[in-house]
Amino acid sequence: MSVIVDHISKIYGEQKAVDAISFQVNKGEIVGFLGPNGAGKSTTMKILTCFIPQTSGQASVCGHDVINDSMEVRRKVGYLPEQNPLYLDMYVREYLMFMASLRQLGARSGSRVDSMIERTGLTLERKKKIGQLSKGYKQRVGLAQAMLHEPEVLILDEPTSGLDPNQLVEIRSLIRQIGKDKTVILSTHIMQEVEALCSRAIIINKGKIVADDSIAMLQGKLGKSSRLTVEFRDPVHSDLLKKIDGVSQVDSLGDKKFALLGSPVDRIKEQVFALAVNQQTILLSMQEEEQKLESVFRELTQNAPVTSKKVKSK
Amino acid sequence: MFVIYIKEIRSFLSSLIAYIVIITFLVAIGLFMWVFPDTNVLDLGYANLDPLFFIAPWVFMFLISAITMRSFADEKRAGTIETLTTSPVSDLNIILGKYFAGVTLVLFSLIPTVVYYFSVRYLANPVGNIDSGAILGSYIGLLMVGSSFVAIGMFASSLTDNQISAFIISSLLCFFFYSAFDYLGELNIFADLDYVISWLGMYFHYQSISRGVLDTRDAFYFLSIIVFFILLTKTVFGSRKW
Repeated sequence: MSVIVDHISKIYGEQKAVDAISFQVNKGEIVGFLGPNGAGKSTTMKILTCFIPQTSGQASVCGHDVINDSMEVRRKVGYLPEQNPLYLDMYVREYLMFMASLRQLGARSGSRVDSMIERTGLTLERKKKIGQLSKGYKQRVGLAQAMLHEPEVLILDEPTSGLDPNQLVEIRSLIRQIGKDKTVILSTHIMQEVEALCSRAIIINKGKIVADDSIAMLQGKLGKSSRLTVEFRDPVHSDLLKKIDGVSQVDSLGDKKFALLGSPVDRIKEQVFALAVNQQTILLSMQEEEQKLESVFRELTQNAPVTSKKVKSK
Repeated sequence: MFVIYIKEIRSFLSSLIAYIVIITFLVAIGLFMWVFPDTNVLDLGYANLDPLFFIAPWVFMFLISAITMRSFADEKRAGTIETLTTSPVSDLNIILGKYFAGVTLVLFSLIPTVVYYFSVRYLANPVGNIDSGAILGSYIGLLMVGSSFVAIGMFASSLTDNQISAFIISSLLCFFFYSAFDYLGELNIFADLDYVISWLGMYFHYQSISRGVLDTRDAFYFLSIIVFFILLTKTVFGSRKW
């Protein structure tokens, strides 16, 4: 286990930012940390990187406790904070050399810095001041800094925010490359990113974990329950639709148009058709929407118990 | 600690702060020492550096506050404090690195004034008739005052993430510790305590060292001030963990 989080809570004054969350991350996993703003993602990451201590609970990285053995944890962790803070008046190479010596790389500093500059595609920018770089390049400097000391665990807080689509692809492939032999925890709002990068997603809302599962499982769970939009020629009472076997929720989009949620979808389709015949009306359209991770996220974090209650395994 | 020290010195040099501070200090001191009618050595009639040692602490009060105001305030505002404190360095190392960088800058602004010593020595009648011991003592005293100001300035900077606030707090604290105690001691209500109260201020000890008598009590006083403010800074800096 690279990262073990055991019932961690963090209370800021009156507000509970993180509420007794627990999870584990194995070596070599890329885990996506999802949640709306203010859900407690950054706080959890700050605890894991020893920036702030938790109020209660225990966390360890590579077997070292984040409070009692914080120096060892800091050596093993590479961290890219949110907003990617950098010294804007330093030169790219100068900054990386500074970070290398902070990380006590000693004689390896020069070669590590040069290889990171090459890997992150900063070769042409290495003599520029950081303040002159575009956002994408600054992000690369931040990533280079985080990976400088070949950390066993990489913690990236919104690594791709504010990048253009090309840079996005490049940074993602960089993260994927690193993730082959390192443990990576990254937070993001972008669902496609999690789908593209991560093997597992932890969805967190209001300081609590609402889902922790592999991407395939998360999508699969929803695959069983679909969203079906149906339209009739004449008004139909929504109660009739609610009576259909397997339908868990009916949203009226007008008196003739409804969105149904439930499973199995094939059975529901048949019954909707039968209902239309029964009511002597005509079914104008029936559309099945594919539920992707985005919907899972919306469902789990908006407190609307739409399909299943909680998607959780283990 | 050394890594932070080097980085701070480099940032002083690359952001021009170092040059501006040294030039401003030398211009101000030079004017008081040689040009302004009431304070210049030439009219004063004595072969000493008194104008320098009288004015320098007052100039330092503002200049050192200006040097130290960004030390923590800027890091907090830019968020770089997060990368710094999640690296394997202790808080005390960060603070000491920044502290010694500040002291180095103070030292380098004082070094060029040694030229004044030789000028006055040459101007004295007969040549060389100058109290070198007292001047050496005053330099040591001035360096101690400067080092204390750096510690105070860093503490002020750790309190806020706004550089202007840090500057004002620092100037005020420097003024307070340098001369406020001395003035307060003169108040009638402290009739019997006047000695004790002025003893609390830096001016008292600075004067004592300036006479050329290096008393361990004075050295100890300045050292305590420095240690006290560094520990305060450490406490405030560590308060993010509360």
